[in-house]
Amino acid sequence: MINLEQVKHIAQLSRIDFSEKELKKLQKELSLILDYIDKLNQVDIKEIEPTSHSVLIKNVFRKDKSKKNDSSLLNLVPEKKERFVKVKSVFKK
Amino acid sequence: MTLKEIITGIEKKKFSCQEISGRYLDTIDKKNKDINAFISVNRGEGDFPIAIKDNILVKGLKCTAGSRILENYIAPYNATVIDKLGAFVLGKTNLDEFACGSSGEFSAFGPTKNPNDLEYVAGGSSSGSAAAVAADMAPVALGSDTAGSVRLPASFCGVVGFKPTYGAVSRYGLIAMASSLDQIGILSQNIEDAEIVFDIIKGKDEMDSTTLEVEESDKVCLKDLVFGLPKECFSQGIDKKVLEITNKAVKELEKQGARIEEINMPDLGYGVACYYIIMPAELSANLARYDGVRYGSSEKAEDLFSVYFKTREKYFGKEIKRRIMLGTYALSFGYYEAYYLRALKVRTKIKQDFDNAFEKIDFVLTPTAPVLPFKIGQKIEDPLSLYMMDLLTVPANLAGLPGISLPVGSIGNLPVGAQIIGPALKDKKLLKTAKMLEQIWTQ
Repeated sequence: MINLEQVKHIAQLSRIDFSEKELKKLQKELSLILDYIDKLNQVDIKEIEPTSHSVLIKNVFRKDKSKKNDSSLLNLVPEKKERFVKVKSVFKK
Repeated sequence: MTLKEIITGIEKKKFSCQEISGRYLDTIDKKNKDINAFISVNRGEGDFPIAIKDNILVKGLKCTAGSRILENYIAPYNATVIDKLGAFVLGKTNLDEFACGSSGEFSAFGPTKNPNDLEYVAGGSSSGSAAAVAADMAPVALGSDTAGSVRLPASFCGVVGFKPTYGAVSRYGLIAMASSLDQIGILSQNIEDAEIVFDIIKGKDEMDSTTLEVEESDKVCLKDLVFGLPKECFSQGIDKKVLEITNKAVKELEKQGARIEEINMPDLGYGVACYYIIMPAELSANLARYDGVRYGSSEKAEDLFSVYFKTREKYFGKEIKRRIMLGTYALSFGYYEAYYLRALKVRTKIKQDFDNAFEKIDFVLTPTAPVLPFKIGQKIEDPLSLYMMDLLTVPANLAGLPGISLPVGSIGNLPVGAQIIGPALKDKKLLKTAKMLEQIWTQ
């Protein structure tokens, strides 16, 4: 069972606002799921290497150069100024 | 009409692509209100008509990924598969938000209904693609499969669903869910059509460095093949009716000369637990880009942090939030080794199970889904029971193997599918084999 403080901490890391009620519900749901996942402790993993990728290809290289100069991507930005993405200021004045 | 018949008809000038696509668009107009298989409908041109899951980019068309956060996002370029196909895109099909779901109920644009019975789920997450093919709203469709998202809805809707080897088809232009597992797949009326589409879209792509070439295959003969039935997939947790139908289908194969062997794959049952660490971990990282700043929906707020928090609160659905939370937890300080690293090691064990099996047998055969299609809303409040739906399909994703679901029978009007899984890169041999099974099972 994870506690409510942990759930709040993860919500912070996840960058999502939740109401107190939602956090409590998540605490219950996540605990249930994690209880199930604890099943993994039954597997003997001594001397087993992790698999992060199923197909072993390594070091695929290509030239690092732009193919097209596509300004259409900038049309998708919610807020922009000239050819820049506009964000709220990060540093306090 | 099958895709093969359409392509031949267009070649012989019996009809034009425009005419045939018009017929499908009429059917969509008639049926989509009830089935909700399409999020948007298109009127374009191309060599043959196809439906595309709404997480694959088609230039100039909306691509929502089933999420409010991309509700007004218009794709600025084509996915590689779209360029390769050169097809008439009939429309973009419904899906669980960001392909996260196994029932088709977690779309921000409403659930897809099962064309065989509108009260039932279509299976997910490629719910709309499967339903479109089943309801004759498209001859063939593309989907994506991260844990069974092509094969499960195929099984529930009564069509063919093919997930190729990881890397066999370029994912450039597929909206990422869990990158070490995602694979574009095909939903079709029969194996022949799946192979036609696969031959067009497969192969290396400079834009996706995980892409590979699959092996060609000689003719296969049923009498030379050994099918392995993992005990773990024919026991507890699988619906009795599903088992009954699958066992009957296996008997048919045996009668036609195939060899059947019971095998042990002791770690297969840990697939779901393993997946529900690896996938949320990768998903939470992939979805970090939806921050209200770069593209997609955005909430105004007084400072940058509040833009992130408010945007993600308002536009992500419940299931997505749950999975982001789970993944963030698994990757957070102090839990990485207990959860994530352990899951990656269990993944190795599951892969070894397959490696060992393929030394003795040619293909693994299992039911596709552990249960029959269920009613819409029946399991929505119980995430874990929905997660268990992936039990028989997720091992192929964890090991990167090709798998096909094909119709094998039905209970009343609810279809049941069987799955065969082959060794990596043997996609062509798998398709050839599936074609023989299809003949036997549809007789």
